[in-house]
Amino acid sequence: MITLSKVSKVFSTKSLQSQPIKAVDEVNLTINKGEIFGIIGYSGAGKSTLIRMLNGLETPSTGSVVVAGNTISSIKGRNLRKARQEISMIFQHFNLLWSRTVHDNIAFPLEIAGVKKSERQKRVNELIKLVGLEGRENAYPSQLSGGQKQRVGIARALANNPKVLLCDEATSALDPQTTDSILELLVDINNRLGLTIVLITHEMHVIRKICHRVAVMEGGRIVEQGPVLDVFQNPAAQITKRFVQQVTEPAETKDTVDHLLENYPQGKVVQLTFVGENTESPLITKLIRNFQLDVNIVQGKISQTQSGSYGTLFIHMDGSDEEISRAITYIKEQQVGVEVISNAE
Amino acid sequence: MLSNWFPNVIWENLWLATKETLYMTGIALVATFVLGILLGLLLFLTSKGQMWENKMINIIISAVVNIFRSIPFIILIILLIPFTIIVVGSMLGAKAALPALIVGAAPFYARMVEIGLREVDKGVIEAARSMGAKTSTIIFKVLLPESMPALVSGITVTAIALVGYTAMAGAIGAGGLGDLAYKEGFQRTKNDVTLLATIVILLIVFVIQFIGDLITSKLDKR
Repeated sequence: MITLSKVSKVFSTKSLQSQPIKAVDEVNLTINKGEIFGIIGYSGAGKSTLIRMLNGLETPSTGSVVVAGNTISSIKGRNLRKARQEISMIFQHFNLLWSRTVHDNIAFPLEIAGVKKSERQKRVNELIKLVGLEGRENAYPSQLSGGQKQRVGIARALANNPKVLLCDEATSALDPQTTDSILELLVDINNRLGLTIVLITHEMHVIRKICHRVAVMEGGRIVEQGPVLDVFQNPAAQITKRFVQQVTEPAETKDTVDHLLENYPQGKVVQLTFVGENTESPLITKLIRNFQLDVNIVQGKISQTQSGSYGTLFIHMDGSDEEISRAITYIKEQQVGVEVISNAE
Repeated sequence: MLSNWFPNVIWENLWLATKETLYMTGIALVATFVLGILLGLLLFLTSKGQMWENKMINIIISAVVNIFRSIPFIILIILLIPFTIIVVGSMLGAKAALPALIVGAAPFYARMVEIGLREVDKGVIEAARSMGAKTSTIIFKVLLPESMPALVSGITVTAIALVGYTAMAGAIGAGGLGDLAYKEGFQRTKNDVTLLATIVILLIVFVIQFIGDLITSKLDKR
């Protein structure tokens, strides 16, 4: 559905001394039809520029961008405008017209596409139902909450039955609860309409919750990409590890572990990583039954992703050194990741 | 009773002068509104980073606007006399004041239009572009509606400035309340005529401001 080959974008800067900025650097990317694809990176990583090249709001300096059969990077004028009607976008700050009601905001892309008034009316009503804004048709954006505004943004984006939906930090201005409801709506739309969704974000939570595949961006390059669960399980790049920690390790984990290492100089603190069905097997029970060990659970968390669950568990094991290393071998045999946090000698 | 307070006022003349002032202000205002929005749009669209970015055209329009905005109105009227004679065929009467009024007010309003357009959320323009909107659609369905409160409050300020200009235009024989106050009131030392003409002008200004504020607040849904 979307293919980027060797796409770079260079911004020339005003002052003569400073180097031109390479916002996107030789990016190759393929996004499949019906997929929810996430691009994560800190601000300045080039993800905003990248997503803007998918609908021609930015033109790549080199390379080609093909979306839904249109070479966005080279078409212009009428053809580009036509292509854009199949690639909608939602925004961090919603970008609704304050001068129009909810109804008229949703009708706007239909007006642009030249849809007749009676059909517009019908379509707008369908969309209002789809995003759950019944009864708010005649409200102005200023009378809506952030979540409702984004719902209008989504309805507006879906008006012309696009093939691709681009989400530019669509939940970054919303509170956690509203974020979740908007994400659920996006998953629902993806399931129901088979729409390809590309989203950029700096929150791993968003990737974890709805994406099938993820690409990690740093300094204009894609440093890592793959199915979300794989990336969670084996983050290769340093930056990916940091993002994965955002959702798997609450900030207090480190404090708890430090505290534990101080109070229990005996034994070892071990981090277990579970993926998929393993999260449901009674590993701890088996450890206690089969080995001469005291097992103490420090902290644990299971995160749901679109393609399965992913969990981390910190445990403290106390017993003889041989017994502990036998236990660790046993855990490894169960396809569970093990990492000894620190030896408390 | 009014005749006791204003013994020298000839009511027919006052009414005629008021009508002339309203006529000059009204016609000039409509023309200024259209011309100012056109110029303002051009100033905005040709500026850096906008849809019709063009440094040359931007500099030329900007220079023209600045020059006409800087010339004191009373001098502008005199400078425009040859032009007025070509366009209107005469340099006397309310009609003859119109070219000078429009040329004086439109650049003033154009700057306010430009400022108003700059205040339109860039994100909204980007959203419209991402939907595949043409530039004309963006102008008529995004830029103008989204800046309408600024455009209306700008035209209110311009309208009040125009009332002032018409009074000055009176000096070259355009008629109106300014003319009445000056020729009847000041030159013939009939202070009551000057006073009443001033009161009527003030009333007109108050009404314009009131209507402008009302429309602005009705339009603004932010």
